[in-house]
Amino acid sequence: MRTFDAHVRNCSSCSADALSRVQLKRAIQVAGKRFTPRVEFRKRIQKTMAPKRHRSFRLGWMLAAAAVVVIVVGTLTTSTYLGNRSGRDQVFSEIADLHVATLASSSPVDVISTDRHTVKPWFQGKIPFAFNLPELQNSEFSLLGGRMTYLDQAPGAHLIYDVRKHHISVFMFQERSLPARLTDSSLQPGQLSFNVETWSQGGLRYFVIGDASAADIDSLAKLFKTAS
Amino acid sequence: MDLPATNLQLDSFEELALPLFDQLYNFAHWLTRNRDEAEDLVQETYVRALKGFSSFQLGTNFRAWVYRILRNTFLTSRQGLKVTMTVPLDFDGEEEGPEFAIEHDTPETLLFARSSHELLQSAIGALPVHFREILLLCEVEEMSYQEISETLAIPIGTVMSRLSRARQTLRNQLRPHLQQGVGPRTIAKGLNHDL
Repeated sequence: MRTFDAHVRNCSSCSADALSRVQLKRAIQVAGKRFTPRVEFRKRIQKTMAPKRHRSFRLGWMLAAAAVVVIVVGTLTTSTYLGNRSGRDQVFSEIADLHVATLASSSPVDVISTDRHTVKPWFQGKIPFAFNLPELQNSEFSLLGGRMTYLDQAPGAHLIYDVRKHHISVFMFQERSLPARLTDSSLQPGQLSFNVETWSQGGLRYFVIGDASAADIDSLAKLFKTAS
Repeated sequence: MDLPATNLQLDSFEELALPLFDQLYNFAHWLTRNRDEAEDLVQETYVRALKGFSSFQLGTNFRAWVYRILRNTFLTSRQGLKVTMTVPLDFDGEEEGPEFAIEHDTPETLLFARSSHELLQSAIGALPVHFREILLLCEVEEMSYQEISETLAIPIGTVMSRLSRARQTLRNQLRPHLQQGVGPRTIAKGLNHDL
């Protein structure tokens, strides 16, 4: 297994293939949760069991009725909450996939330059918005380049930075083009394998993601926030 | 529910069975591809499970047990009988090797590039039922091979080979549609769609 892992790590074809399989697995997981039962049907199933009980106290029936109301309301609330959360989680998963797939690619960037005045103009006419890139002098970050990217069919900018041999991706999309409403947040490493920070500024949604420390991700995010 | 169930049994049953309600319904709908039939199937599953609950050993795998009931109920239904009569006899006959062929434009990367959720749902729906059910149990219900083996009453080796073939069939179905940019509805004309 170790030999296999080591091979996949060093072979771009195999790692791309492994990634595509993981992507399919994840996509089936999401697409497979397709059908939800009607509320009336849920009640009918609950009723099929309810008449079999022989509770002698009226209180018992009242409690049962209250429980049904709580379950129905709870289910509706939970499904709404989970719907939102699932949309948000899907966006983060796709961002992580874009980051990994780009780094696994043999040509991760389409414009290769450490100069922000070369990278930024390259996006002119390619994406429907403009953005500012931060000055990196006196920081540990260096710009490697950029490429166009897509999230849910919306075009965006993908920039790659380097800090102490870690690669960090910065994504920018128009907020209105995103499939789910997102709140500004930092995700803990336990939730994803990467550190992620996202915020909205000037109509754009920013994502900073990488396997660098949370402090590095936050520092780069702050540089972008001050540049915008 | 002809046999009387004690309140204690009923409590235990509800505790175990009701949390599975949404998942069972989703699985039933994928099998039947029809809301009314899915509801009938889930209801019949609950009735049969409650009736046979006294034979269920607490502490063993309830989820696999109840899914097996649902599947058996489906297979003995009119629609299910049609499925068993149309499943190719050799669909588990060959142990296919692992899928090591490497392609750079795989259906998955194309799928993600185009982000087509509906397309994938259509492709899953167009799978033959024996592939559809095993794929859903593995990827959506996140059952272990052991649980799938118990649910479908097949050996673990067969679980692995059938899963491999299910994934390969799905990839094959996605590939031409994605490469040609054909919309999701076209896939619905695929093999065994009605089942």
